Amino acid sequence: CIKDLDRKPFNEVTSATVYNDPAAYKQVAAKLYAGMMLTGQQGPAGDDRTKDIKGMDEGFSSYLRNYWYLQVLPTDEAVIAWSDAGLPEINYMKWSSNNAFIRGFYNRVFYQIASCNEFIRETSDAKLNERGVSGTILTETKALRAEARFLRALSYWHALDLFGGNVPFVTENDAVGSAPPKQTNAKSLFEYIESELKAIDGELVDARKNEYARADKAAAWMLLAKLYLNAEAQGQGNRYADAATYAKKVIDAGYSLQTKYEDLFKADNNTSTEVIWALAADGTRSQTWGGMTFLCHAPVGGSMPASAYGIDGGWGGVRVTPSFVKLFADPTGKTDKRAMFYTDGQKLEINELSTFTDGYAMPKFKNVTSAGKVGSNLTHPDTDFPMFRLADAYLIYAEAASRGAGDKTLALDYVNKIRARAYGSAAGNITSSELTPDFVLAERARELSWEGSRRTDLIRYGKFTGASYLWAWKGGVKDGAGVQDYLKIFPLPSTDLTANPNLVQNTGY
Amino acid sequence: TTRGTQTDADGNFKIAAPSSATLVFSFVGMTSQEVAINNRTQLSVTLQNDNKQLAEVVVIGYGTQRKKDLTGSIASITTADFNKGNIATPDQLVAGKVAGVQITPNGGAPGAGSTIRIRGGASLNASNDPLIVIDGVPLDNTTINGAANPLSLINPNDIESFNILKDASATAIYGSRASNGVIMITTKKGKKGDVMRVNLSTQASVGLKTGLVDVLSGDDFRALVNKYGTATQKTLLGKTNTDWQNEVYRAAVSTDNNLSITGAFKNTPYRVSVGYTNQNGILKTSNMGRTSASVGLTPMLLDNHLKIDINVKAASIKNKFANQGAIGAAASFDPTQPVYSGTEAYGGYYEWVNADGKPNTIATRNPLGLLNLTDDRATVNRSIGNAQFDYKFHFLPELHANLNVGYDVSRSDGKKVIPALAASNFSNGGEKTVYTQDRTNKLLDFYLNYVKDLTKDTRLDLMAGYSYQDFMNSTTTITKDEAETKTLNDSPYKTQNTLVSFFGRANLNVQDRYLLTLTLRRDGSSRFAKENRWGTFPSAAFAWKISEMDFLKSSSVISDLKLRVGYGVTGQQDVGQNFAYLARYTPSTATAQQLLGTTYYNTLRAEGYNANIKWEQTVTQNVGLDFAFKKARLSGSIDYYMKNTSDLLNVVPVAAGTNLTNEILSNVGSIENKGLELLLNHNTISREDFTLDLGFNATYNENKITKLTSANDPNYKGVLVGGISGGVGSTIQIHSVGYPASSFFVAQQVYDASGKPVEGVYVDKNGDGKITVDDYYHYKSPAPRVFIGFNAQATYKKLSAGFVLRGNFGNYVYNNILSTNGVLQAFQGANNSLGNVVPNVLTTLFATPQYFSDYYMQNGSFLRMDNAFAGYDLGKIFGGKSTARLSATVQNVFVITKYTGLNPEVSGGIDNNIYPIPRTFTLGLNIGF
Repeated sequence: CIKDLDRKPFNEVTSATVYNDPAAYKQVAAKLYAGMMLTGQQGPAGDDRTKDIKGMDEGFSSYLRNYWYLQVLPTDEAVIAWSDAGLPEINYMKWSSNNAFIRGFYNRVFYQIASCNEFIRETSDAKLNERGVSGTILTETKALRAEARFLRALSYWHALDLFGGNVPFVTENDAVGSAPPKQTNAKSLFEYIESELKAIDGELVDARKNEYARADKAAAWMLLAKLYLNAEAQGQGNRYADAATYAKKVIDAGYSLQTKYEDLFKADNNTSTEVIWALAADGTRSQTWGGMTFLCHAPVGGSMPASAYGIDGGWGGVRVTPSFVKLFADPTGKTDKRAMFYTDGQKLEINELSTFTDGYAMPKFKNVTSAGKVGSNLTHPDTDFPMFRLADAYLIYAEAASRGAGDKTLALDYVNKIRARAYGSAAGNITSSELTPDFVLAERARELSWEGSRRTDLIRYGKFTGASYLWAWKGGVKDGAGVQDYLKIFPLPSTDLTANPNLVQNTGY
Repeated sequence: TTRGTQTDADGNFKIAAPSSATLVFSFVGMTSQEVAINNRTQLSVTLQNDNKQLAEVVVIGYGTQRKKDLTGSIASITTADFNKGNIATPDQLVAGKVAGVQITPNGGAPGAGSTIRIRGGASLNASNDPLIVIDGVPLDNTTINGAANPLSLINPNDIESFNILKDASATAIYGSRASNGVIMITTKKGKKGDVMRVNLSTQASVGLKTGLVDVLSGDDFRALVNKYGTATQKTLLGKTNTDWQNEVYRAAVSTDNNLSITGAFKNTPYRVSVGYTNQNGILKTSNMGRTSASVGLTPMLLDNHLKIDINVKAASIKNKFANQGAIGAAASFDPTQPVYSGTEAYGGYYEWVNADGKPNTIATRNPLGLLNLTDDRATVNRSIGNAQFDYKFHFLPELHANLNVGYDVSRSDGKKVIPALAASNFSNGGEKTVYTQDRTNKLLDFYLNYVKDLTKDTRLDLMAGYSYQDFMNSTTTITKDEAETKTLNDSPYKTQNTLVSFFGRANLNVQDRYLLTLTLRRDGSSRFAKENRWGTFPSAAFAWKISEMDFLKSSSVISDLKLRVGYGVTGQQDVGQNFAYLARYTPSTATAQQLLGTTYYNTLRAEGYNANIKWEQTVTQNVGLDFAFKKARLSGSIDYYMKNTSDLLNVVPVAAGTNLTNEILSNVGSIENKGLELLLNHNTISREDFTLDLGFNATYNENKITKLTSANDPNYKGVLVGGISGGVGSTIQIHSVGYPASSFFVAQQVYDASGKPVEGVYVDKNGDGKITVDDYYHYKSPAPRVFIGFNAQATYKKLSAGFVLRGNFGNYVYNNILSTNGVLQAFQGANNSLGNVVPNVLTTLFATPQYFSDYYMQNGSFLRMDNAFAGYDLGKIFGGKSTARLSATVQNVFVITKYTGLNPEVSGGIDNNIYPIPRTFTLGLNIGF
């Protein structure tokens, strides 16, 4: 009866046998994509056994939601009403290494990296050969392996951008349960991401040829463009020319702008010709309290009619700051349609973070299709999150050009394409002399608001920290106060400093 | 040869016996007496009452032992000492009765159980529940779906005794499951030579609420909103005065009927019982109906060489669970609104709606709507049974072979329906959840027992055995909308684990003065990898019966004095997961699929795992003294214990990137419990028609975490635990090195000159100018430093009466109701709705929640009269054929405390809308014939 102690699980499969079924490769790869937004193996939320990130409320543990918190809340783009422990500190830029949301994002990043490593390890040429994988499955698995390397590079880029690159470094060569990894640095990590993205260029599916919601060559180019655009700000030298080169590769790949700006954020945005790579949500099959459920519900409150946004009710959380509203010459939305503010009963000024009606609301993401049809579920939207889209590539090119690397005429054309869509005419078009770096920064805010790039953009322009640019509740003061430069990167969470004695905390924390 | 007879109803008897014989007179509940005939033809004998008789032999693991020969710390409680009243679950029978054992009710829902802690908790992440063994079958005490509590499927009326094994020398025979103590439950049985007796008991009770959460009345609330609210908020006010809490509670009538037949048929003593309990909860719509039956047969065969003990217990529970969300909703729903809206929408209940008339999804729901529009029922059948064969070898009577085969099987069927029209699930089109659970646990024990008097003064008792237990658990849960058009969740699950053990024990008794016990157990658990699968758990204990020494033997003061010293190692293998050590992949459910192209894929997740996970190990040391004084009529015991758990399982952060999870269960910490237990019994009055017995027990326990991480980093604050309501994922407690487990972790409130707390101002402990979690400090713990029990029982002629008092001292409670509902923001409910607040808001005038302020920490020390009862013996009725007894009991009589909430006794220390414990009045009648 001692043999009975060798029990095997019923619902789970052991690692020894999982790949006996070749279909498993795609299911495991699907988890890597799901990891960007969903929070566990049971949607919208399960228990400790089913959720991915332990020790945290499941709805808070979404990659997208945490990324959004850290990239948007410490900027002029948003304030949030909720007083969840550590959340106001993100708005106030008063975070410490014990902050739950910083820890949550960091854990997500490394969960994603570890998961990608596992897949890359299990799909090595040697292992595929050993298991006799061949034909179309072999071709597809190799593409999926390249996509896993793309996803890993993306997470490492987030680690570089948000944590300064001073993070543990693990690849497929580090087995599960191995010794605490060494700490890398911005330079090494930058070079690693660059080399990975270039290395997979040949293995990824051609631009616009892959299945929906999967990364292709253009997604990798987009990430390279972003890497180069921010290189100087991250101390890796002026690489604007490379940024322009890769943005141009994306632009030339055949994408076209969505006709109506607002349709980019609606329940049928999966049909968009502008989106390069999106995180797929679905009201019935891909549910989470993080991701798009958060982005569609949190900005709705006050007197806003929830049903108009295809949801069952608002969560009364997120609004924009007056500084953000001022980026629009006309905040009514009548001229520039990207000013999607809801002002009825809302005050412009934010006296209290916790009062939803302080600050203009912005129902940008909606669970309604471009034809006005409500999504499949009132709680969980069908709306996808556009991670990379053509307008961003245009603006990267324009910024590089305005900084002297690239064709300025072409850049002006790109910017005016975006402006013309926003205004519905040429009324908003700018001239060549108006195309300055600062203009691009403001235009990025108008075009890409709440899409998760504002913090990175402000840092690139030196406006995130210091006192040169203030907005409501920056530094924890109603009218805004200057903050110290060390806040440009987040602290490594104290939990990992304990778990990994190789780590040294970021300066200032 | 042996021969026997029985007396008639008046006690007369006849027997033919040699004139030199010795007669043995015995009767249940009386001390047996031996009388030599000495040629007499008539003799009269008066047997003495013996309340302790049943306690004389104590059930220990794999055998029994005479109480006076015990070397370990074992508390024994039998029927006579059980708590009385409307008791639905066995754990409540002994609350307050045993030193070192803390039994905290988990609320007042029908069948709700208790949290049982023996000498503090030895674990943080693994289970802290003691092992419960019923008639030799160790129970799987994890949740049974559809039952309020797994013990609610055992009828307390069938229980004869509790033997609680506290120190390791007693528990180590259960090895890897014994770190948190062992509770041995024995059910009632027939006895050899019994005449058939029928016992019928019936009781009826009514439970009443003891109080309500203090909230504003409708008028006070209107005044508050009119003073502090915005114009919009004022327009939301209603015109009525509704006391929502009065609306959701009721007086709850319950009944309990039991019939048992005990006797002996030839060589087969038997007991058969049936019972039916119907408990209503004081929260409307909650109910539990339990039908139970038990059969116990204890035949003696083969010339008394083969003793068989067969026990089968079965119960079927029908539960109707109230939607307990109504408790919190009743405290916070706007008291100016009516119960009914006057329209048909949402079942007619008044609800907060959006401008479009749809329910406001984040507003509080109508408490009565929650109750009446939730139909949550489950039927659970459970049977526990075993057959134990004890064979005394014919050729070697000192040797016994004992085989025990047992099972514990339960089947649950539950269904929860919320109609589509209910506001609570309006956007999903209602809910229909159907769930099942099948649990099949199998047991096989075999041991040999050799008892031999080596010399006149030396007795050796050896035992060695093998045990196999297997636990199989499978569940299904399917959630759909009411119309069953879409599946919201479908998550089947099945798991299994197995334990294999070898064990042995040696007892040596020299001169009845020196007692030595050695035990050893080797356990194998399927929960660990091959390399860590086996653990060894030894113990040794020594007792010195000082009162048997020549210098004390004739003492007129001391009747009993025994010193006990014990040492032992136990383990904890209930780590919560069955395959934590194994690399594996988990599929996702239908609601967590990923779209790739046009296909939705059920994803496969590579799981984090810890290949090195192993047992927790607890080393217990115990020193105890049992004493009894003759003239002073005082007896008792005092015990000092120290429990050190090492390889403590703790969920620790993994170095980022090194595993497929961010936190993993690892054996990294240590925890220490030490304490003192005192038990005193005083036979104050002992006259023929008047007796008074007093019992007192007190426990002091100190719990401290001594290590938490493998690196033991001094900067590591610890593991945040103790989730509170208010802010998603907020916690109020922490496990930290140097502090008790689950210590509160709060910010120190600053007060103004008038003593009013200043909103948002806290002591900046680290002086960095900002208040962050780094400024939080450790503040007290939810576990009491001292807990006591005091009970008194008196009889006067046919009348008997008694009470049980129980007290906890030094336990702290976080008043989560005050912290969430004691702020002005709380009345401005979510999204254009209003919510009631507690009067405390008028003291603090806090605008926004200050969840982490130590202002909300309160001393939860209390003294509670758990139980007061009176009984009257009607004597013989129906022409002397029957006896009857009437009883009256009040439970939860009163509580003395400084705590301002409803009930200071909160398991875990976070008071947040817990199902209130009623005050219950019970009348009972017991007829025997």
